[in-house]
Amino acid sequence: MSTLARKKGVGAVIWDYLTTVDHKKIAILYLIAGGIFFLLGGLEAMIIRIQLAVPNNDFISAGFYNEVLTMHGTTMIFLAAMPLVFAMMNAVVPIQIGARDVAFPFLNALGFWLFFFGGVFLNLSWFLGGAPDAGWTSYASLSLASPTHGIDFYVLGLQISGFGTLIGGINFLVTIINMRAPGMTYMRMPMFTWATFVTSALILFAFPPLTVGLIFMMMDRLFGGNFFDPALGGNTIIWEHLFWIFGHPEVYILVLPAFGIFSEIFATFSRKRLFGYSSMVFATVLIGFLGFMVWAHHMFTVGMGPIANAIFAVATMAIAVPTGIKIFNWLFTMWGGSIRFTTPMMYAVAFIPSFVIGGVTGVMNATAAADYQYHDSYFVVAHFHYVIVGGVVFALLAGAHYWWPKMFGKMLDEKLGKVTFWLFFIGFHLTFFIQHFLGLMGMPRRVFTFLPGQGFETGNMISTIGAFFMAAGTIVLLANVVITTVKGKRVGNDPWEDGRTLEWAVSSPAPEYNFAQTPLVRGLDAYWIEKMEGKKGLTPAEPLGDIHMPNPSILPFVISLGLFVAAFGFLFHNDHAWGTPVGVVGLLITLGAMFFRSIIDDHGFHIHKEEVMEAEKKGAGA
Amino acid sequence: MHVEEKLTPETFPAEPEKATLEGKNKFLGFWFFLGGETVLFASLFATFLALRDSVANGPTAQELFKMPIVFLATMLLLTSSLTSVYAMHHMRNFDFKKMQLWLGITVLLGAGFLALEIYEFTEYVHEGFKFSTSAFSSSFYTLVGTHGGHVAFGLLWILTLMVRNAKRGLNLYNAPKFYVASLYWHFIDVVWVFIFTVVYLMGMVG
Repeated sequence: MSTLARKKGVGAVIWDYLTTVDHKKIAILYLIAGGIFFLLGGLEAMIIRIQLAVPNNDFISAGFYNEVLTMHGTTMIFLAAMPLVFAMMNAVVPIQIGARDVAFPFLNALGFWLFFFGGVFLNLSWFLGGAPDAGWTSYASLSLASPTHGIDFYVLGLQISGFGTLIGGINFLVTIINMRAPGMTYMRMPMFTWATFVTSALILFAFPPLTVGLIFMMMDRLFGGNFFDPALGGNTIIWEHLFWIFGHPEVYILVLPAFGIFSEIFATFSRKRLFGYSSMVFATVLIGFLGFMVWAHHMFTVGMGPIANAIFAVATMAIAVPTGIKIFNWLFTMWGGSIRFTTPMMYAVAFIPSFVIGGVTGVMNATAAADYQYHDSYFVVAHFHYVIVGGVVFALLAGAHYWWPKMFGKMLDEKLGKVTFWLFFIGFHLTFFIQHFLGLMGMPRRVFTFLPGQGFETGNMISTIGAFFMAAGTIVLLANVVITTVKGKRVGNDPWEDGRTLEWAVSSPAPEYNFAQTPLVRGLDAYWIEKMEGKKGLTPAEPLGDIHMPNPSILPFVISLGLFVAAFGFLFHNDHAWGTPVGVVGLLITLGAMFFRSIIDDHGFHIHKEEVMEAEKKGAGA
Repeated sequence: MHVEEKLTPETFPAEPEKATLEGKNKFLGFWFFLGGETVLFASLFATFLALRDSVANGPTAQELFKMPIVFLATMLLLTSSLTSVYAMHHMRNFDFKKMQLWLGITVLLGAGFLALEIYEFTEYVHEGFKFSTSAFSSSFYTLVGTHGGHVAFGLLWILTLMVRNAKRGLNLYNAPKFYVASLYWHFIDVVWVFIFTVVYLMGMVG
């Protein structure tokens, strides 16, 4: 039954990835899909910056600019940042807690395929009459008036990929609660696992309001609903509330894992345990909690009144406190450490001042009275790019370099990695720092061009040049990936030599079953403790035995494909007679696949003890 | 305990739904799912409350809602929640036949509820209260209809479980499945209590 170490053809490999329920392979799927969408979103960003390089530019039309702008934001948040975060979680978290797999391997695969088909569906809009053009927030007053099907693609595509994210969140919650190895208490969990835990809880409570908002939008646009139509009693502000009740926790869903990644990197490359571990846990939980109390700071200018504005302003500023705790803890982790400036560490060090700038402008935006000046200007654009690029994208790049050997068994080239870092770091600050001032000078966001003679020329040109630096950095990264894949040398368990957590105790990449014997965890930084006592491996918590594994399945792919077909049908049901039947067929495919999942028993299979022993003997240095 | 073990009433564990790791995961994961569902319905309720007086030119809640049919539907669903408790009681006592019987009664009561709801909706449409009539009508049909969709899904789910396992009886592989299906059914019931209060009672009072 075992599928260990067998040579496969191309078709077999593709089938393997279509049916896999192994969290390590799903991580690779997330990384590839998220990476492609990241490139797509980056391309859209370049189009925006080229259009805005000079005043009165006609590189693209105003209408096309709206589509590019909308798709840049939507793609980067939902289809690049989210899946790349999930790639890191899937690659690392189960191994960090000493588990053989996630709690729901089947649902894990389903989550990926739902995200994937949702993303593909959204991007089909480019070829089928035009992309969404009402901004990534898609405020109802704009989106109900949009004449093309773009908004419908947005609504249905995000609905499908949102289900995938929700499923992923539940999966990680249960995994972290139920699947920890003996001795892995909550307060011994690595920071990245903690961040994943809190993030998953945020996903669970933040995504349903988005689901509901998207249902309303779908009803209004496709099925004659009146939720947002004031003529029949609707109210467009309901969309804004539902969107931001989701949307603000969403930025913490992205940035908490980023904090977790940096916490791992700071400790590893300072060769010290993380400073103030328990206060880091506390700060993470507190940020997660406060993240739900601040959504209306996106709506200060809506007219909620001074009391509501004041409450949301104060709550927002309060988040600066736990975030400040984290910043100081990272600084103190480096203090007195024996620091190695590897590529991941460079990103981590650069992250601190970059993110602090974003945090300071965040508090400026949180001041409700002042926000009337910043609102809808480039100041806001600069602010959220500082936290999202300076925080999340830096972390994803750092995490990719850091865990690349664990995912693929080869180290990315350090020299090229540093070239990428410097290009990206310089480019990032060139692009976005100047935008603060453009915004304060009055340049509005989301407008496709600007006039000469208003003092915006130099700033915009600098910003565009910076964007090309980031693009160059990304190209170097891609070259690095290709070169490493072709020429890189295979590495052992602990290629950075200073690994502290359990993932560095298993071979790179980890075997299908992660741990031949479930480890006994004896403290925080479990692997570091063993190394400090002169041991090569982990202390086992069980004798060698047969290992139970889940069966692969094509059903997650089929369930997601069904929803893809259904969304396609219902989107065109007002234009074409085939719309409704196709939609119904799609739903039947999904429900049918769920039915088969329910009635076919799936007990998994066992890898026998002898096979495990043989695989361990072959494994590098274990 | 192992999933495929053959069991007798003596060896059957007290909490069969949580006796295996798979069962424990399913139990906890399903509770989290219900947490997400709670937020989903909370969003629907909030929107309904914001829009319930926005009747445009359409009928109002007082003109539409009639106590007898809604009350009957409520009683059917509340009773079905009770019968599903009986079913789970028999599951824990390893009495497969009685569990199937009570699940069957649960399904019948649920189907009765759903039939009444469909009848109610068609009546409203005849009275000129369509989905597209007003913001009130859209939010009403979406909230109550989402609940109705959950009832329909729950019925299909429980029926599938009953038919699939009819011949082989209870084991530790299917016990968690029956258990989470019953949790789902209770959740639907709790949501209906809020719909009955917030939509119908508050609607009739005005």
